[in-house]
This record gives sequence, structure tokens and C-alpha cells, in this order.
Amino acid sequence: MTPTDWFTAMLLGLGTIFFIAGAVGLIRFPDTYTRLHIATKTDNVGLGLIVFGLAVQSGSWSVAGKLVLIWLLVMLAGASVAYLVANGAISRGIPVWKR
Amino acid sequence: MKYLCLFFAVLMLLPAGAAVWRMYLGPNAADRIMAIQVLGTTVTAILVLLALTSERNSLLDVSLVLSLLAAVTAVAFVQRAWPDTETDLDAD
Repeated sequence: MTPTDWFTAMLLGLGTIFFIAGAVGLIRFPDTYTRLHIATKTDNVGLGLIVFGLAVQSGSWSVAGKLVLIWLLVMLAGASVAYLVANGAISRGIPVWKR
Repeated sequence: MKYLCLFFAVLMLLPAGAAVWRMYLGPNAADRIMAIQVLGTTVTAILVLLALTSERNSLLDVSLVLSLLAAVTAVAFVQRAWPDTETDLDAD
């Protein structure tokens, strides 16, 4: 394996850790708002690290640009959906978790 | 390198399963639409990994469309299809 491959493997592993942490949080967290928080984390950082790792690996600029575009679109979706769902949940009176 | 990407793609099925489980559990509609969002992101990651594994760049276009539609789906749900929207649509 070349150094580029090691770099890609490290980034993919980190991204997968973020995805799995997001999955655990999605199952374990106590209310809607905290789950929204961990879901957005998965979108931004997990997919970002995976996309960055693969963009290093792909030799061409067009493929790398397309990967970054995918990541930007997912981030746009995640941010706007987190805001809209949280806003709607608060206005519908979904309870906030208290210890 | 290809087998490593394939391994990570298979490992990515775990968050997808968690999202499906949350979709089944979810106490309210907000949790379900959020789980659909996470499922879309996970499938996008799987498709991107498989595009590098199989060297088929058309899979990148598929995941591009998927990520574009994920935003539209959830925004349409929140604005149109969420129950009890009558009080909310003209709230702000």
C-alpha cells in the first residue's frame, strides 16, 4: 500500500466511526432533539471524511469535484432538515428531554 | 484498496440498520423522517464507496441524485405532509 492508500484508509475508518457513533446515538438518545443532533453529525462529518478519503484516491478532478458536490448537497439537506424538523417539533409541542 | 472499500461499504450497513430500526420505533413523525434522512446519507456513502470499488462512475451520478432528492423529500414532508400543520403553516 502506498502512503495515499494509508491516508485514504485512515479517513475512511474515521468516517465509519462517525457513522457508527451516529447509529448508536440514533438508537440510544432519549428524545427527538438529541437524535436530530446526532443525525446531523453523521451527515456532515462522517460523509465528509469518507468523501475526502475517496477524493484523494480518485485520480481525476471531475470525480473529486462530483464527490465534493455530493457532500455539499448532503450537508445542505442535513442542515435545513435539522432546522425545519426541530422547529416543527417545538411548535407541535413534542417534549424536550429532562433528566 | 478495493477490498478495504468493500469492507467499509459492508460495515456501513450497520448505520442503515439502525436507521431502519429507529424508523420502526420512532415515537413521532419527526423521528421517522430523521431516520429516513440518515438512511439516505448512509446509502449515499455506500454508493460512493461502491463507485470506487467497481470503477463505475455512473454510481456517483446515482448518489448525486439521491443526495439531491433527500433534501427535497424532507422539506416537502415538513412543509406539506406533517400532521397538525394547520396551525403551523402560517405561524411565522
